[in-house]
Amino acid sequence: MTELILSRLQFAVITSYHFLFVPLTLGLGVLVAMMETWYVRTGNETYKKMTKFWGKLFLINFAMGVVTGLVQEFQFGMNWSEYSRFVGDIFGAPLAVEALVAFFLESTFLGVWVFGWDRLPKKVHALSIWLVAIASNLSALWILIANSFMQEPVGYILRNGRAEMTDFLALITNPHIFYQFPHVVLSGFVTAAFFVMGISAYHLSKKNHLDVFRRSFHMAVVFGLISAFGVAGVGHLQGMHLVEAQPMKMAAAEAHWETENPAGLLLFASIDEQGQKNNSELKIPGLLSFLSYNRFTGEVKGIHELQTAAVEQYGPGNYVPPVTSLFWSFRIMLTAGMVLVLIPLVGLYFYKSNCLEQKKWFLRLALWMIPIPYIANTSGWYMAEVGRQPWIVYGLQTVEAGVSTSVSALSMLIAFAGFALLYAVLAVAEVYLLLKFIKRGPEEASTEETLKREIKGASLWT
Amino acid sequence: MDLNILWFILITVLFVGFFFLEGFDFGVGILLPFLGKNDTERRVIINTIGPHWDGNEVWLITAGGAMFAAFPNWYATLFSGFFLALFLVLVAVIIRGVAFEFRSSDNSIRWRATWDGMIFTGSFLSSLLWGVAVANLIKGVPINAKMQYVGTFFDLLSPYAIVGGLTTLFVFTFHGALFLSLKTVGHMAERSSKAARSIGFIAIPVVLLMAGLTYLQTDLFNNLGAGITLIASGVALILANVLIRLRKAGWAFVVNGLTILLFTVSMFWGLFPRVMVSSLNMKWSLTIYNASSSPYTLKIMTIIALTMVPIVLLYQGWTYWVFRKRVTEKDLHY
Repeated sequence: MTELILSRLQFAVITSYHFLFVPLTLGLGVLVAMMETWYVRTGNETYKKMTKFWGKLFLINFAMGVVTGLVQEFQFGMNWSEYSRFVGDIFGAPLAVEALVAFFLESTFLGVWVFGWDRLPKKVHALSIWLVAIASNLSALWILIANSFMQEPVGYILRNGRAEMTDFLALITNPHIFYQFPHVVLSGFVTAAFFVMGISAYHLSKKNHLDVFRRSFHMAVVFGLISAFGVAGVGHLQGMHLVEAQPMKMAAAEAHWETENPAGLLLFASIDEQGQKNNSELKIPGLLSFLSYNRFTGEVKGIHELQTAAVEQYGPGNYVPPVTSLFWSFRIMLTAGMVLVLIPLVGLYFYKSNCLEQKKWFLRLALWMIPIPYIANTSGWYMAEVGRQPWIVYGLQTVEAGVSTSVSALSMLIAFAGFALLYAVLAVAEVYLLLKFIKRGPEEASTEETLKREIKGASLWT
Repeated sequence: MDLNILWFILITVLFVGFFFLEGFDFGVGILLPFLGKNDTERRVIINTIGPHWDGNEVWLITAGGAMFAAFPNWYATLFSGFFLALFLVLVAVIIRGVAFEFRSSDNSIRWRATWDGMIFTGSFLSSLLWGVAVANLIKGVPINAKMQYVGTFFDLLSPYAIVGGLTTLFVFTFHGALFLSLKTVGHMAERSSKAARSIGFIAIPVVLLMAGLTYLQTDLFNNLGAGITLIASGVALILANVLIRLRKAGWAFVVNGLTILLFTVSMFWGLFPRVMVSSLNMKWSLTIYNASSSPYTLKIMTIIALTMVPIVLLYQGWTYWVFRKRVTEKDLHY
């Protein structure tokens, strides 16, 4: 039991931490690639400055994404070995393909990009950052193909006591992936847009490098707005799909206990999980039916009925995921999502009416909005992963059955504490560096030179 | 040839690639505090592997992914069984990975010294632990009938395993010194070459001891091919030592690369067709058959791997060509 709790805690912490860095990588890579392309096409030095400045921030963030991703790959075997035995035939494949197709490309060309500034023709150099950006998004695709199998198993047969792949094409065209992939990737784009927008706003309010940050702001605002509308749209479609594919997840996220037709959407509820009911609630009639079926009528199954059906299908047990936290994480994500559409909309309006720099309040607000996409991303993943409880693979294996049996609780505690401590230290270094480079701003080519002189003669161990 | 064998070979190839490539950048990391007397020199050292270390590391990630996909029981038993050892490997790889990026981002002396220390520690631990892991694979560990590791962390630290760890430590450090003498100029190249001469010399008795213990404590030599390959690996090491004394750094690097290749091939060959040896009962060993994925998955993965691996080799090779010049103080990025 303790092994299970420790492994779950570790997975939650390690994965959430990893996913703080991934979305920014997905989006910022594309933005930096666009900046460099503009530079190559126009020869305008401002774009080069932009590429270098945002590129530096991209690199600091990227390093953290890579090293925390490493733990991801190995912890399936370390903490979840029974899961790995059960689904390795299927789940291992997209992980291996990710490494072969995406990760090699990404890390190789990142090296080329960082070290190739003076050594490669401009076009080849710009191509290398495009390859990095494309590869990191491809990487997300393969990982989400693996995750989609856990959410919605397809193309398999149960044989030899495990799930075996019977149809690779079905695996990579899992209906779940068509919603999850665009939802995650576009969220990454929004994250990057808010990051660039907020930092640009900060410098605009200080009147630093107006040329660089006006263009950056404009680019980010347009990129963010398109992506945010995309996230919302796909999110709606995904919700409709989940009502069919993972009805329990959606019912729990809505604290929807009883089957209703038409079903209302709760804005607020005081949830009594023990008593399996809501004590007080604020409900908009018909809206849940609309979110589920795009029309204001239609039966939405409640938790009680779904639990009864699950017991019939899988045998006795509790198949209800934690309702309260799912309900609120879903609402946090939705509220954040609205902010993510609103802010770039206002930003674009101010920018187009040439009064952006007079709106000091908005510039300050944009800076403070940087955490919002992170909150949305984390609560979105929380909903996706906690929502499939008690299953590790929906309908096939419970989380409890997936944990390693040969690892002692002490070993797990050591590793978990070790990773947590290491990650905490790295977080401090990461934030320190990001703040430092954000405040410094672009250019400062001469710093490198002074730096080299200052440091000469320093001893390593002092 | 059945696909199980092909995948065993492919994973061997991935580990050869990983040990060969990351071997020299581990070595460079270990040598960093000893060969870099001031910050500029240390930057030169780090920049010799700057464009490559990240790509090199992916060989490990791919090997891990390939094990998961092709031999899920191997992946599950190994990673849960060697739990704490792998935890240490991951910590080593993490601190090393961020250190390259972070160190150059601040000019305070303490900041840089801290991350240099991380590069050293991470490289040192990784080099040591991979040898320990490989030695345990070949010697065997307590695995029960249900493919579960039933030993403790300290069972992994037998004298044989520690000699295995020292083998990779010295051979990788030697590899790194040779790489540095190829990629630097002037007194840095001279110093690296001198370091290569002394480390290479210490590596010889360690490798011979490893070969001797392998003969006494494992069944590797039952397989004549694996035995000959292991001896050939020792011969290549001696030859590399001779070459660096003749000031042929390029050839010495290539030949020591052969040492790593032959050593890795020998270990995997000696293992074949097992992937993990059970020290409790030979019948409980994991093999390429009882640990493998279904034939269908192996077929799909084969098609993907045979398409992708040549492409990866092509563009990774291209990067070594692009950055083929020696690194001087003028071209520093990190």
